[in-house]
Amino acid sequence: MTDRRRIFLLLAPALLILGGLFLGGLGLTVLRSLRYMPALGLTVPDLSAYRAVFASPGFLASLTLSLWIATASTLIAASLALGAALLLRQSFPGRSVISFLVQLNLTVPHIVGAIGILYLFSQSGAFARLAHAAGLIAAPGEFPALTHDSFAIGIILLYVWKELPFITLVLLANLQGIGEDYESVARSLGATRWQSFRHVLLPLLAPGLIAASALVFAFAFGAYEVPLVLGASSPKALPVLAWQAYTDTDLSTRPKAMAMAVVIAGIGLGLLLLGFRTLRRGGPNAR
Amino acid sequence: MRGERWRLIAGVALAAWLILPFLPLAIWSVAHGWRFPDLLPQELSSKAWAYALSARAGVLDSFALTAGIALATTCLAALIGVPAGRALALYQFRGKGLVTLLLLAPAMLPSLAVVFGLHGVFLRLGLTGTVSGVILAHLVPVLPYMTLVMAAVFSGFDTDFEAQARSLGATSLQTFRTVTFPAILPGLLTGALFAFLVSWSQYLLTLAIGGGRVQTLPLLLFSQSSAGRNDLTAAIALLYILPGLLILIVTARQVTGRGAALARGLGG
Repeated sequence: MTDRRRIFLLLAPALLILGGLFLGGLGLTVLRSLRYMPALGLTVPDLSAYRAVFASPGFLASLTLSLWIATASTLIAASLALGAALLLRQSFPGRSVISFLVQLNLTVPHIVGAIGILYLFSQSGAFARLAHAAGLIAAPGEFPALTHDSFAIGIILLYVWKELPFITLVLLANLQGIGEDYESVARSLGATRWQSFRHVLLPLLAPGLIAASALVFAFAFGAYEVPLVLGASSPKALPVLAWQAYTDTDLSTRPKAMAMAVVIAGIGLGLLLLGFRTLRRGGPNAR
Repeated sequence: MRGERWRLIAGVALAAWLILPFLPLAIWSVAHGWRFPDLLPQELSSKAWAYALSARAGVLDSFALTAGIALATTCLAALIGVPAGRALALYQFRGKGLVTLLLLAPAMLPSLAVVFGLHGVFLRLGLTGTVSGVILAHLVPVLPYMTLVMAAVFSGFDTDFEAQARSLGATSLQTFRTVTFPAILPGLLTGALFAFLVSWSQYLLTLAIGGGRVQTLPLLLFSQSSAGRNDLTAAIALLYILPGLLILIVTARQVTGRGAALARGLGG
């Protein structure tokens, strides 16, 4: 058997399934968003669904909110993860316990974490009760709204909780590959701790950090169940708004739902390409 | 030493933050009416657990259904992902970058990007509202993950062993069974366990394709949570994280290796 045939046979099932399901699903979404529905006599694609979506104030508010959620969650989770990875790289009492917790967290479904955050930070949650016990508030309503709030603080807290371990593990794996030699060389040449971190370690970690952050951003931007549990009723996160438009009894809103899904796909795909290219260009593997 | 003390403080803070959301879940699951502003429940009760574990609640059925779907998805993903991972790791060919992107993108993009179109396709195939439809839909995020892990596994695999077995007269099947399979088994198992978890955690794809008729645990969890049954919600939530905990304990020794495999896989 020639190599070409072998490669084709090895890849065919995966390409068939993923090509069929993923490209089929994505393709149909794009066609529907262009209002191309031959069954209903709509055979001329147009952009009216996109125009309607971009003209509606609700969409722009949701898009802004989702971008805010993704940006804030990614920045906070990535900086904390960098600290956590540097911490877990060293030995100190209790390190194995923390390593276990970091890994445990990775296996917990988002919706469980979201409910946990809700029970902690809602206005009748654990922290509100502590505030009451400390005499800071007299009634639940006086506790600041941290869940179902318009700044999406609860959602961001959940993503920081859930994605910090993910980025930390990616960084720890990279750190293992990098070793400590580069830093020791830098230190022996007179670099301070900060200089050897800033000019030696950070550039080596950057590709993995950027790729993991891109994944986190795409997830936080497009996830549905987290804002469903923790989000405010207005503005809604973009995925919740899109799902609502899709399941509306008024079928005429469906092309708008599809258009929103295409916007989410486009942003996700852009980030994916960014992460992909960053990893291709450098990183511990390229050495 | 000052540095060591700071490290300890940072470690404790990190551990506390990681464990914090589980605390109210654990307390709610055994609470009997835990009203504001009580710091702890006035009364403890095993009612929520007894109900969750009883046959009439349907939680155990839902648990079994979720596990069955995840198991089926994992087996399918292994059958398809092992050859694909091998092709990506061991061969250079034209269009490899594009193929890699197509095989990985579905796991990286939000489900929402494909779910409406997928629903349309499955509607025509009569797969909506069925368990097999949900399993197929779960392949979208699970198969890329499996392929990625297997590509990492095969990149450390030496094909000379296969060539030697063949030259000694083994058939393709014998070579696979006695040489290739034992070599990739540890990686395959780790990949399978985590593929299981990816399917186990799906919410949106199950909701859209199952149309409410395939009640997996996360769907049940959400409906209990929105009904305001905090004690039952907490008990179901804790049951829901159990398999992940077990898998973690089973693979604890391999996890750093898996992290490395993941990062290497991301590196392409």
